[in-house]
Amino acid sequence: MMLRLAMATLARRRARTALTTAGVAVAAAMLLDMVMLGSGMRESFRGFIEQQGFQIRLTPRGTMPFDSEATVGGGAALVRAVATDPDVVTVAPLLGAKLFSRTPGDSVVSAFVLGLDPAVQGDYVLVEGRDLAADDELVVNASYLAATGRAVGDTVQVAAGYDAQMRRVTGARTVRIVGRARFVMLGGSERAAAMRLAAVQAMGGRDRADRLSVVLVATRPGADIESVRRRLEASDARVSALSTAAALQLVDERLGYFRQLAFILASVSLAVGFLLVTTLVTVSVNERIGEIAVMRAIGVARWRIVAQVMAEGVALSLVGATIGMGLGLVTATWLNGILAAFPGLPAAFDFFFFEPAAAFRSLGLLVLCGIAAGIWPAWRAATLPIARTLREEAVA
Amino acid sequence: MREIVLAARDVRRDYPVAGEPVHAVRGISLDVAAGDWVAIVGPSGCGKSTLLNLLGAIDRPTTGSIAIRGRDVARMNDADATRFRLTGIGFVFQRFYLMPTLTAAENVELPMAEAKLPRAARVARARELLAYVGLGARADHRPYQLSGGEQQRVAIARALANRPALLLADEPTGELDARTGTEMIALFDRLNRDGTTIVTVTHDEELAQAARRVVHMRDGAIVDQVLRRPLADAVPAPPHAPGTAQA
Ligand SMILES: Nc1ncnc2c1ncn2[C@@H]1O[C@H](COP(=O)(O)OP(=O)(O)OP(=O)(O)O)[C@@H](O)[C@H]1O
Ligand SMILES: [Mg+2]
Repeated sequence: MMLRLAMATLARRRARTALTTAGVAVAAAMLLDMVMLGSGMRESFRGFIEQQGFQIRLTPRGTMPFDSEATVGGGAALVRAVATDPDVVTVAPLLGAKLFSRTPGDSVVSAFVLGLDPAVQGDYVLVEGRDLAADDELVVNASYLAATGRAVGDTVQVAAGYDAQMRRVTGARTVRIVGRARFVMLGGSERAAAMRLAAVQAMGGRDRADRLSVVLVATRPGADIESVRRRLEASDARVSALSTAAALQLVDERLGYFRQLAFILASVSLAVGFLLVTTLVTVSVNERIGEIAVMRAIGVARWRIVAQVMAEGVALSLVGATIGMGLGLVTATWLNGILAAFPGLPAAFDFFFFEPAAAFRSLGLLVLCGIAAGIWPAWRAATLPIARTLREEAVA
Repeated sequence: MREIVLAARDVRRDYPVAGEPVHAVRGISLDVAAGDWVAIVGPSGCGKSTLLNLLGAIDRPTTGSIAIRGRDVARMNDADATRFRLTGIGFVFQRFYLMPTLTAAENVELPMAEAKLPRAARVARARELLAYVGLGARADHRPYQLSGGEQQRVAIARALANRPALLLADEPTGELDARTGTEMIALFDRLNRDGTTIVTVTHDEELAQAARRVVHMRDGAIVDQVLRRPLADAVPAPPHAPGTAQA
């Protein structure tokens, strides 16, 4: 009967209850989105790095992975040296460079080209055509095809350098597009191509001879990755070795500011939810102060009043959190669509990552806030001086 | 000899107000025997409501003692006083004060639910009580669907729900028109004849005249008592009467 009284109170002020519930739902949605945002980017990076299937990456010392044009020379020797480590099973050398392609209309389009060994690469997934088999072949992504007006099977003139003023190219050669692929680390809007490593090196002339940007290393299952990493780093003073775990940690550090922001906004959402529920419950208690005094006068126990008032807060935050969960997922999907269209981001990059445990934890926290929000108004209602309140009600 | 249901001794209540405290009740002693009906009358502001609240354990005296059925309600902690109000005292207020979201029957059931009476028992008793106050057909109506007189009848049924030793009413006819007030007085009279011990506070001359004893107050003190109908001729209550205190 007490529970019915509490629910009847909410039902009596339908519009107000609905508005507050909506407010709590928005706060819950925001909270959920921020929690999802906090881990989304890291989880996306983890996905990419793990998808490549390599546990260690060697980069020119002093540079960060993913963001440098720096290269290291003596590539072949480096790869051979790394391969001699007993715990290393695969070595995948990579060289990133610019690639200029001539369109049928005789203009020039620039793209990013990865020089690699197609037998051990983890950078693209073939969608159409076949993989690289010779030095004069090219695998490209859809953006490249769209920008150059080419199709799989076409022959295209490419170059390593292009002087726009003089309209002069360097390191030119004629290649055939043999396949279309999705490049996992690159944005869908970014024009990308892959060639055999030797071809990319050769096109660059002496500047690029035997140079590498990254060497990806896969270890034997069960190997102690950290000790392999240390060995590799110690063996060559020109490179840094970074394990997947360390790379993720780096990403984590870089995203720290971002996550902090998400955390702050999540806390604000919680506070907003708390204040909304406190406000509504306080207003509701003030409105019913006479009724509550009467209940106390006819012998309803304090804790029953407390339970009744708090039930209102709990009901509000439970319903609000449930609606907010759906709302949060919808807005996350929507925002993800907008953010993923940013240039320079991998196509499959997710800003929002739905982790059921974290989602339920955060919404549980919101419901706890709802419970806490009811405590003060409930206690105030339960301890009011009965005689004086009745008298004031009679005067009002 | 009849049991003394209520024994107040030298009860005082001061309200601490900035400046001179208000001495609302200044040393009242009063005995009420089982089956009696006392009407407290006096000019506005003389302390009638204050006294009634003290007698009903919803307020505490500054000094003095109030024993109801031998228990000192002035010294009880909140939980005990609340429990005592629930089972030992029935309250009727000038403004009825029903729960607006509950039906008439549910309003009557409320104190019984709080007292943990089984559902079937309280539903049956609520019907019985509503029939007793003449509202058998209105059990499922909500307060806003009832007239003032009808609401006050529901409030009386609610006050009797847990078979209290004492029924306290503060201006029960104050919000009613003359005819409805007369009907209400008839109901109180029937309740008292059926064995309910009643204390009413009133300005209503007709209500006061119906009581067995009239206590006159002035400035927080009793100045006169008039015995109108001695208790001796009170008919002992049949044990099943709705208003009867539990033995
Ligand atoms: N909470 C309070 N604080 C201060 N003074 C109070 C308080 N309650 C009552 N009083 C004062 O105590 C006195 C007695 O008030 P009370 O309500 O008991 O009178 P009453 O006899 O019931 O009057 P009425 O017939 O108008 O209802 C009044 O002077 C009133 O102003
Ligand atoms: Mg009064």
